[in-house]
Amino acid sequence: MSGALLSARGLRIAFGGVKAADGIDLDIAEGEFVAIIGPNGAGKTTFINMTTGYLRPQAGTITFAGEPITGLQPRQIVRRGIARSFQIPQLFTEHTVIENVALKVAAHRGFWHGLRPLLDRPTTAATMAILDQFGLRHVAEAKATELNEGTRKLTDIAMAMALEPRVLLMDEPTSGVASAEKFDIMDTLVGALRARGVTAVFVEHDMEVVERYADRVAVWSQGKILASGPPAEVLNDPAVLREVIGVEVKHAAGGGHAHA
Amino acid sequence: MGRNLTLPTVLGIALLFGLSFLAPWLKFVFTIALAKGLAVLGILLLLRAGQVSFGHALYVAVGAYTVAFTRPVAGDVLILLPLAVLAAGTVGVLVGLFVTRYRDIFFGMLNLAFSMVFYSLLEKLYAYTKGTDGITVVRPSIAGVMLERVPYEWTMLCLALTLAVGLGLLARVFLASPLGQALPAIKTRETRLEFAGISAKRVLLVSYVASAMLAGLGGGLIAMTTLHVTPLLAYWTHSGELVFIAILGGGGAVLGPFLGAVVFELVRVYAAAAFPDAWQMILGAVLLAIILFASRGLWGIYEDLTAKRGVRS
Repeated sequence: MSGALLSARGLRIAFGGVKAADGIDLDIAEGEFVAIIGPNGAGKTTFINMTTGYLRPQAGTITFAGEPITGLQPRQIVRRGIARSFQIPQLFTEHTVIENVALKVAAHRGFWHGLRPLLDRPTTAATMAILDQFGLRHVAEAKATELNEGTRKLTDIAMAMALEPRVLLMDEPTSGVASAEKFDIMDTLVGALRARGVTAVFVEHDMEVVERYADRVAVWSQGKILASGPPAEVLNDPAVLREVIGVEVKHAAGGGHAHA
Repeated sequence: MGRNLTLPTVLGIALLFGLSFLAPWLKFVFTIALAKGLAVLGILLLLRAGQVSFGHALYVAVGAYTVAFTRPVAGDVLILLPLAVLAAGTVGVLVGLFVTRYRDIFFGMLNLAFSMVFYSLLEKLYAYTKGTDGITVVRPSIAGVMLERVPYEWTMLCLALTLAVGLGLLARVFLASPLGQALPAIKTRETRLEFAGISAKRVLLVSYVASAMLAGLGGGLIAMTTLHVTPLLAYWTHSGELVFIAILGGGGAVLGPFLGAVVFELVRVYAAAAFPDAWQMILGAVLLAIILFASRGLWGIYEDLTAKRGVRS
């Protein structure tokens, strides 16, 4: 579509008999925060995998900033400005937090230039700025294996942000995080993304998080988008409640605690 | 990697020179050890990425045979050594383009396969290589000067030491650079590297070619020290020996390979003299002890010892 930054048209992919995407059309506007919700196995992560080049759709096209990116390698797509984070944080476990993020900063700024140390002055400064934004300065020197889950999640997302993307795709940014921590993490995260004007798409199971942070919700079910719109509207749609989210969202809609 | 290596390097050099003065024949042993240390330094680059090559004797042999083949037409060390490096680097690019697509056991075994093919060629193409008889290398000049045996051996030892220090420093800088730091990232999360826009294959290829050149340089030095090359240089046991030294020395710092190589050669020489039938068993026992009790190798033992002393003082 004309105004969309990221646009999917007729995306199809199936694994055996399971249709993870069955003619998906989705437009994401610049600056939007879009949550993708739906039951397990609906194809939400598959959408991230297709958009970032990890999987090639069997049919359909994905365009980014008006240019087709379908079938490109992950590293080609990253260089165009689409980064991702992972449901299970994918950190470099032999490195410290600062090195993890610095590797991404270096990757973005010219990885093959010369033999300067990874943590030279400009890279360190840029890395510390990101760590500050994500509240990670105090763990900068910690090994990636020594962190708690919330910090691992933030580090994982900070690594993606170090690539200075225009679009960030996040796979369940609050899964595995203690519920007391989740809003802190999301506040930090959304603050950092808004400060940098990044468009975000995040797969999420926690309806409280969706209600609070998404501009728009797309409901994924059996490879199709069942509904799309503002959270207040979509999360109270009887069809969505019945078919996709079931009983548990009724808590969320009623203001209670909810985990789908 | 952040440790100051100046003191152990200076001590090591002093020790090598001191022992060489006391027992002149050790010059030969140490030159060979340093040459192997250079090849092992290359192995260490690949180990950082979690990849073990069981075929790097290929590049040692390419370097050594380059010297043997070109000695009649180019008689100076300063020409022969760069040629050895260039030849090994070229073969490294060709083989590397293929093997860096694979990881772990496949990477190791493919390297082994290439080295054994080369070994067979050296053995069978008698007209060119003189087969298992090997090729005798006439002592080359050094910077245009033809030296007698003793000064030549001293000069070769100094040259090997200079190269070891210089390239050890360079390897240290490389390992601290983004490219060098991406090597452990290949070991732990290769796909994440791709999602950062970096080709892990290319990172590995750069290190692979560098490791091939280091091994080629080592091979060139070996040819110019032993003055005789045979296909055995490419044999798989020789590749295994390089991995053996890498584990013995430890991969924690660039000094590890040289420490490992010197100790390996000394143990070998003395064990072979004292127990002619059992020296391999002694080497095996040493390796077993290292793996069981000091998995960070001799360099790890040194680090532990100096760390403890630091706490006390």
